[in-house]
Amino acid sequence: MFDTRKLRTVRTALAGLIGLAAAAAAAPALAQANEQFISILSFRVGPYGPAGTGIFSGFIDYLTYVNQKEGGVGGVKLTWEECETEYQAARGVECYERLKTKSPTKGTMIHPVSTPITYALLDKTATDKVPLVQTGYGRTDTIDGRYFPWAFPLITTYPMQATAIVKYLAAKEKGNLRGKKIAFLYLDSAYGKEPIVYLQAEAKVNGFELTTIPITPPGTEQGAQWQQIRQNQADYVIFWGFGVMNSAAMKAAQKIGYPRDKIIGSWWAGSEEDTVPAGDAAKGYMSAAMNVSGKTPLIADMEKTLYGASPTGSLQDRGKIGGINYNRGVVIGLITVEALRVGQGKYGKKVLSGEEVRWALEHLDMSEARLKALNASGLMPAMKTSCLDHEGSGRIKIQQWDGSKWNLVSDWIDGNRALVRPLLEQSAIEYGKSKGITPRDCSKEQ
Amino acid sequence: MLYREAGQFKTSYAADQQLLPIRQDRIAFLALLAVAFVAFPLQLGDYWFTALLIPILVFSLAAIGLNILTGYAGQLSLGSAAFMAVGAFSAYNFVLRVPWLPQVVSFLLAGVCAALVGIAFGLPSVRIKGFYLAVATLAAQFFVVWALQKFPWFTNNSASGVISAQPVSFFGFAVNTPARNYLFVLSVVTVLALAAKNMARSNTGRSWMAVRDMDVAAEVIGIPLMRTKLMAFAISSFYCGVAGALYAFCYIGTVEPEAFSLDMSFRILFMIIVGGMGTIMGAFIGATFFTVMPILLSIVIPAIAGGLHLTFDKASLTYLEYMIFGALIIFFLIVEPHGLARLWQIAKEKLRIWPFPH
Repeated sequence: MFDTRKLRTVRTALAGLIGLAAAAAAAPALAQANEQFISILSFRVGPYGPAGTGIFSGFIDYLTYVNQKEGGVGGVKLTWEECETEYQAARGVECYERLKTKSPTKGTMIHPVSTPITYALLDKTATDKVPLVQTGYGRTDTIDGRYFPWAFPLITTYPMQATAIVKYLAAKEKGNLRGKKIAFLYLDSAYGKEPIVYLQAEAKVNGFELTTIPITPPGTEQGAQWQQIRQNQADYVIFWGFGVMNSAAMKAAQKIGYPRDKIIGSWWAGSEEDTVPAGDAAKGYMSAAMNVSGKTPLIADMEKTLYGASPTGSLQDRGKIGGINYNRGVVIGLITVEALRVGQGKYGKKVLSGEEVRWALEHLDMSEARLKALNASGLMPAMKTSCLDHEGSGRIKIQQWDGSKWNLVSDWIDGNRALVRPLLEQSAIEYGKSKGITPRDCSKEQ
Repeated sequence: MLYREAGQFKTSYAADQQLLPIRQDRIAFLALLAVAFVAFPLQLGDYWFTALLIPILVFSLAAIGLNILTGYAGQLSLGSAAFMAVGAFSAYNFVLRVPWLPQVVSFLLAGVCAALVGIAFGLPSVRIKGFYLAVATLAAQFFVVWALQKFPWFTNNSASGVISAQPVSFFGFAVNTPARNYLFVLSVVTVLALAAKNMARSNTGRSWMAVRDMDVAAEVIGIPLMRTKLMAFAISSFYCGVAGALYAFCYIGTVEPEAFSLDMSFRILFMIIVGGMGTIMGAFIGATFFTVMPILLSIVIPAIAGGLHLTFDKASLTYLEYMIFGALIIFFLIVEPHGLARLWQIAKEKLRIWPFPH
């Protein structure tokens, strides 16, 4: 009745697994004393892997670059460890907790680069006193530092981006959008839904007609949506897509004969990973950009330093260097390193704690002059944060795909701050109320 | 040896019918509870609670729910994540709109809401079974997620469609640290798991198993098919609903409807297949396997690759983890198609009659 052989096989297997676990327990070592350890929650596989590979390689390459060029920040070497999240909240929480224990600074600052993970970590990072940085994604009402001292939606947020796109369209129409029809085509998720309220407010102010059309993930089939856009005779399409749906949208638009130069995507729908797979269909397509593509002086120097004779860069496919995502990763690295510099300026040249980095993130001043000093002129918009303004900039450029590369078709455009800010503050106040948070008094912050 | 029962005599029916009839089992179970309730909170760090123990317990509860339906009552379902979503969002709305209600009651009411939805989507089971029923329960999966996104009332008009779970309190006692969260989840899961174990050997559980093994025969001996099946759907969904509420409030904290995707339903189904259909213990083993194994592999594989000086890039390592995880699942299914819980059963039988082989 009992199968001894079977039991033995399983026993051997289980013994093997336990052995593996023991090996794993012995492996990790704590970060050294004079090293600033940074937790990197990356995603290089799964549906968003292609974008993630570019972003995290750029980020890590910049940290390596700073280590090689300047020996770290103020003599403190930068170290890091990657943990694969697959863009998912549960995996992200596990990675965050795992890397947290590896250094006394609990990971210095977290860039989840994933809206679900950002939401899942919002409370946890605040409890642990680790800054949560969301460059251009995540929970947008965290812009209000009174209610969210630990979260920083740096550079720009979805509402600012959406209103900046409207501003660009208005300029294109010689300042008058009255009577125009704009379709908002979006991924049916937190990320896609967020701009709707702001676009509706813009529609009221500018007098254009807004239709909102959702796409259920993964969104590889969009025939019905584009049919609807054609029937509505939309003048422009604002497109909030992510991942494989982006190239699918361009192809569907081509199939139905909708001109691609009337479509403007968000920056998650504006990288080479989105346009190249669409091939010919992507020509003329526009998108927002919070950083520019191409081998700017900084990127070129990084390539020379890291991918020379004995490469130390983290990319295998060097074709990604200078791409939108790679450069976005470099911008994330720039911000990280600059925050450490600002923090060291106040607290001394040492390993900074989460609290000290938080102070620094609230006092970032990456002006044009500073960006020039960092060899990053024009790579990203100038940015200055404060207790009240955790975003710091709110500006984007519009870029257009010419079939082989992105060309910039606008200067930095500021979003409609007067419209966005009160709505975000209202949302932050409601959040504070539901969580029982007493707001900080920003006039008392130094 | 350890499991020798010589000298344990049952002198009453009550003693004969108790949940754990062997004394060693009772001692082991109490020891396990003591470790889980006392030793773990005293000894382990936040990582263990947040990343391992809480998800294991939450998914165990969901797997118990599905096991009641699929393992005991034989009704294949692909809607577990949907019922979890109902639980999570109902709990959120109860806490938000009926703030004077103790939160534990809100969670239980959330389970009741999930049970009602479960009954509604269980109705097709009266007429169809097997794979056809699985397809019918898919409707629940898509409908619930769609409804939660479509009607902003469920998310309290949140612009992004995301809910942020309120702080948990247990009759005024704040459940605000990982260890407290863990204890709270553990208490709920312990009570509900014991209830499920009890239910499985009661009249209800036996009629479920009768329906599972042969519904015509069950009907002939006087078991009302419709009531039994719908009861299984209701109780199963109740468990999933409470698990969903715990997922939102004690684990992730902030959830969007898409988190409860078909993918999660499949994971819960795989948990009971690997763990063991029709056992409560299988739900725990399956949830542990599916939670711990990927994490373990993601720690071990890079360490081994590093030790052997193999230079994989980060993505290849992750794919390697996937492949090994998949291979492990197939391995365990081949050596023990009845699930890992069955292995424990076999081992126990052998120990009881040791040193004799039969």
